[in-house]
Amino acid sequence: MIEARDLCKHFHDKKRGLIRAVDHVSFTCQPGRIYGLLGANGAGKTTTLRMLATILEPTSGDAIVAGHDVIEHPERVRAAVGFLSTATALYPRLTAQEMVEYFGRLCGLDESTLKLRVDDLFARLEMDSYRDRRCDKLSTGMKQKVSIARTLVHDPPVMIFDEPTLGLDVMAARSIVSFIRECRDRGKTVIFSTHVMSEVEKLCDSIGIIHDGKLLAEGSLADLRARYAETDLEEIFVRIVAPLAPAEASS
Amino acid sequence: MSARNALCIYRKELTEWLRDRRTLISTVVVPLLLFPLLTAGFAGVAGSLLEKAKTGAIRVMVLGGADSPAVLDELRQLKDFEIVPAAENWKEQISSKNLRAAVALPDNFQTSLATGESAEVKIYFHQGDLKSSLDANRIEKSLKEYRDRIVRDRIAARHLPDSLLRPFAVKQENVAPAEKVSGAALGGLIGYMVLLLCMTGGMYPAIDLTAGEKERGTMETLLTSPVSRLHIVLGKFFLVLTASLTTAALSVASMGVSFLLVGRNAAALHTAQSADAQALQLHVSLASAAAIFLLVLPTAVFFSAAMLAIALVARTTKEAQSYLMPMTFLVIIPAVAALLPGIELTPRLAVIPVLSTSLLIKEIISGTYHWNYIALIFASTCLYASAAMFLAVKMFQRESVLFRS
Repeated sequence: MIEARDLCKHFHDKKRGLIRAVDHVSFTCQPGRIYGLLGANGAGKTTTLRMLATILEPTSGDAIVAGHDVIEHPERVRAAVGFLSTATALYPRLTAQEMVEYFGRLCGLDESTLKLRVDDLFARLEMDSYRDRRCDKLSTGMKQKVSIARTLVHDPPVMIFDEPTLGLDVMAARSIVSFIRECRDRGKTVIFSTHVMSEVEKLCDSIGIIHDGKLLAEGSLADLRARYAETDLEEIFVRIVAPLAPAEASS
Repeated sequence: MSARNALCIYRKELTEWLRDRRTLISTVVVPLLLFPLLTAGFAGVAGSLLEKAKTGAIRVMVLGGADSPAVLDELRQLKDFEIVPAAENWKEQISSKNLRAAVALPDNFQTSLATGESAEVKIYFHQGDLKSSLDANRIEKSLKEYRDRIVRDRIAARHLPDSLLRPFAVKQENVAPAEKVSGAALGGLIGYMVLLLCMTGGMYPAIDLTAGEKERGTMETLLTSPVSRLHIVLGKFFLVLTASLTTAALSVASMGVSFLLVGRNAAALHTAQSADAQALQLHVSLASAAAIFLLVLPTAVFFSAAMLAIALVARTTKEAQSYLMPMTFLVIIPAVAALLPGIELTPRLAVIPVLSTSLLIKEIISGTYHWNYIALIFASTCLYASAAMFLAVKMFQRESVLFRS
């Protein structure tokens, strides 16, 4: 489970002064469900997810991930999380297998468990044909699968996806979407950020709409449709964020 | 668990490092080949040029001497002399390097020699031209031998002893052991090379493991793992240190072997100049090598940690290179200063990083162990290394540095 409580993250910029990238954000994600964080670019999605993955430290507020406090025990949190984004690249001079094994070892797996996990993942994701190929020689789709195997090698109960389909072609994006669904079916807590409405409609059990660092609306797709008397998610999104950013919404 | 994580990161970095062709070329191939090729090539070319210049026939133009045929005959008989006809444009010929030297005999030189009057023979040459200078020296030597022979004949004619000319002889003799001679000649250079290569060897990995990872997007991947930032720094730091020490060790070994071979060849070729040849041979004992390694270790730690901390600030490898370039000068300047004659260790210089180590290496290679300075320099360098390490760890804990955009 993920429980974000009043999370805030402030940055100081020489030109713009104090930036409230995340401003008192609270939400809960349940195991076996997918929580979609929907927002435009710069809304605060990545910063929120990075705080949950303990890559960034909150300025204030707190979060509990898989029973561990992100501030008190960041290493325990990371051991319980699989984090995937388009920014998390692969080491070019390692082979696909070495890449997955490396992260398995960093997650504290012993050698026998690691071997079993790696063999199972490579078989499930149909990666055996290129397990000894260097990552810089892999296609985008192959790289995506290696990244998935890397996030799953320690079998984490919580999965965090930060715009995982950004820049991918249709086929690669579809495999990511089906992988996210599979994670939910296996009972994992899944949080997923995107600005693609169709992905949210297809995948998410709960949706949080974030804009300018603030969580403006939250609920299931059905809840949001009923609350705003509108079936089109894009329209709902625009109505929620428009009063705050008319120029952005109209564009 | 913690040491295991740092080791795991180190092993992975080592694997990637060894698979990088650029690394292998800059760390292993270049140091191993550069010095043998440089020294053998340089020594070979310089040696053969000198040999040629010293042994070939001397084409010399004699100016004047029409009234001194006996002297001209004597000059023609001198070893390696090839007398060319006098020409009016002899100065031009020397300046344009068509002629190496000319000898001007004074008027009535033969008569002056017969009557015992003093006369002056001039040798004209091209100053700054090595071949011309060498030939002028050889001409002077031959003429002096000719003069000495005349003096000896005059003394013999008067039935006087040879010692009248030379009441006593003067000779310089070296009493310093061979390692001190070679240490003075090459010690500074070794210190300079070791320190410079320690830095340049670690520079590329330091950039690749920090700014390079940011650029490729693997830094965020690594930060998602449950390893603490401290262990990430340690793993990366040990790889930079390995690269730094490997480059320095391979370079010094290669340089040592090159000097040894060149020195032996020189000694074999010129037994008469064995003292010069000896100066080219390194006499570094195992104890000296171990002492140098112990001294270089904290310096390498200092360089590795400082380079990691600086390169981490950069967003791209290009930016990191521009940050680290001034550091090269900060190392070269004090390392070169230690090469200057007359600069000796003092308590004040002993706390200046790089310069102190470079000076101490020079002393150690010469076989001099100033234990108080060794302790002071080791302690101060350890202090700088700790500060650099502390800075590197702090940098890795700063979000503004890791996620600088």
